[in-house]
Amino acid sequence: MTEPILAIQNLRAGVEGHEILKGIDLTIHVGETHALMGPNGSGKSTLAAILAGREGYKISEGKVDYCGKDLLELAPEERAREGLFLAFQYPVEIPGVNSTYFLKAAYNELQKHRGQPELDAADFLVFVRERVKLLDLDDALLKRAVNEGFSGGEKKRNEIFQMAVLEPKLAILDETDSGLDIDALKIVARGVNKLKRPGNAQLVITHYQRLLNFIVPDFVHVLHDGRIVRSGGKELALELEERGYDWLTQEAP
Amino acid sequence: MIAPRTPSPLQLEAAAIRGEPSWLTSARQAALACFSETGLPTVKDEDWRFTNLAPLAGISFDPISRPMRGHLSNETLARLPFSGLGGSRLVFVNGHFSPELSSIAEEEEDVKIMGLADAVAGEPALIERHLFRLAQKNATPFASLNAALFQDGAFIHIPEGRKASGPMHLFYISIPDVSAEAVYPRSLIIAEAGASLTITESYLSVGDARYLTSGVTELIVGDNATVEYMKFQDESFHSFHMGTLAVSAGRDSHVRLHSMAFGGKLSRTNIHTTLAGEGVECVLNGLYLVGDEQLADHYMIVDHAVPRGTSHEYFNGILAAKSRGVFHGRIIVRPGAQKTDAKQTNKNLLLSDDATVDTKPQLEIYADDVKCTHGATVGQLSDEAIFYLRSRGIPLEKARQMLIYAFAGEIIDRILCEPLRRELNERVWNRLKENQPAAAILSCPTTSPNFTRN
Repeated sequence: MTEPILAIQNLRAGVEGHEILKGIDLTIHVGETHALMGPNGSGKSTLAAILAGREGYKISEGKVDYCGKDLLELAPEERAREGLFLAFQYPVEIPGVNSTYFLKAAYNELQKHRGQPELDAADFLVFVRERVKLLDLDDALLKRAVNEGFSGGEKKRNEIFQMAVLEPKLAILDETDSGLDIDALKIVARGVNKLKRPGNAQLVITHYQRLLNFIVPDFVHVLHDGRIVRSGGKELALELEERGYDWLTQEAP
Repeated sequence: MIAPRTPSPLQLEAAAIRGEPSWLTSARQAALACFSETGLPTVKDEDWRFTNLAPLAGISFDPISRPMRGHLSNETLARLPFSGLGGSRLVFVNGHFSPELSSIAEEEEDVKIMGLADAVAGEPALIERHLFRLAQKNATPFASLNAALFQDGAFIHIPEGRKASGPMHLFYISIPDVSAEAVYPRSLIIAEAGASLTITESYLSVGDARYLTSGVTELIVGDNATVEYMKFQDESFHSFHMGTLAVSAGRDSHVRLHSMAFGGKLSRTNIHTTLAGEGVECVLNGLYLVGDEQLADHYMIVDHAVPRGTSHEYFNGILAAKSRGVFHGRIIVRPGAQKTDAKQTNKNLLLSDDATVDTKPQLEIYADDVKCTHGATVGQLSDEAIFYLRSRGIPLEKARQMLIYAFAGEIIDRILCEPLRRELNERVWNRLKENQPAAAILSCPTTSPNFTRN
């Protein structure tokens, strides 16, 4: 078996005085797509935020190994340079920061880290114009400020577009399907599927099974009250769709 | 009342330009008398409530008499902001015109560009008609002081219908002397009906000296004229800058005023704009970018005297370390000035817990069919936005710089003259980049070390 990209062992974490993750174990290998499902408040987004390095959480126990490194020791920007990418549930609007400028800065940070040559403005534009087609995004968005005035769907597609530019090793999609209509959902899913490589992996966080019709996972995990209470193949998602979360959460020890 | 601990300005004598007409001499005497009567303002004065002038104590108000232009190397001159953009430039050193450092673009020979002292002799009719008319009405004590003591400045006259080609640049450079510590540059800029003009005024210093600049510029914009004006104040961190810009905008004119306050220990910019003719479109746009213990104060008066005037005011402040910002925005809508559209926005970004800002809008509306809005915000960099940028691989410091720069960009983007906008953009970005960490961004030398603190 290949080396895991991500190995989470007994991760317990929360915010001051309130434990949210109560012992998570999850291992992801290259080439795999994992789905993390669960009811609201189960800790899905907290896990995504902790993996990406958002401040404000207290890790009380456990460890996270990412490509042989102690992930929790790395700053958010170092994680990104090591190939970890979080598609935000709520992408942030940043007035005044031009999208193309921002993406070029991010891309060149990665290039620098990989010891590859940085792209100048002209070359970068050629490169992003090609990538933007993948998401059926209007390339006028590239001239606008980051996410500013974007519709909900545009923001989500923009996240996947950034993923297409930065080509992460591990992409974490945090409820990328929420707020998308079926057409936008298909576009996003198609983009994600096209970005799948033998050498990378994806962790798809979602509340609903719907997205998983289009991004077909190898493994499905159900998170409830800060613990993974059930893991299985893609058929687990269908079962959840049929029976809801209750049968699992009530069965849980 | 004279503020305690300042040398009595009563000892000052009004200056005189060689051969100046008697009306000017009397006007100077009157201005000096006016100053002597009020003295320096104190914080008890509502208009100066947030800006304590006590640090001026010990400054000698005598004008520096020696130009000392020999101290300006070619290298220094090459570093003047906006000097690569071409166009005419007039250079004033310590308030004295320096013809050998100035150049007038050939294509502008029908436009009058000269020192004000020369114009007093050479263009007496225009001078008598316009000089002192805007700034001496309701003059601040510093504008009065300037009227009494100015020796020179710029005189620009764009004739009717003439479109000035490139931007023009006025430079006021201070090289303080051992014997005196004050400079009083005074300029008069006239764009006649239908004329257009882009002009910058830069206040700079060589070295790190403590001195006072008390400048006044009167800008007269004729009917249907278009003027874009920028003030760029980047003086020594130990200097005091007390500036007045008085503007009158004629019917259907387009006026765009930018004020950049980056330097000075204590700077105050009074901008008094009168929408004198109907249908004026006016944008007042400014950025103060300060650190250390600097204080930058903008005192704005927009006077809608007649109907159908539009004035949109946008001022952003970026305040690091223990710096202070003051924004006082007064909008007056006179009786009968119907269909006035006046908007005022003041946004402040505090980069440290010790930085403070006082912002005070003041609307005086005497007409009923008007649209007037104002808003002020004080905030910090968004943690959400910083995390978003970092999550894409951008380091913390750069993420902060990008956000600060974006905040400044809201203002810079309103500069219509493209080369000017580009250069200012670059200067602001370089300043943010050079100074690490971002919380103390402005406490180090600027992009042109010859001009400031080392």
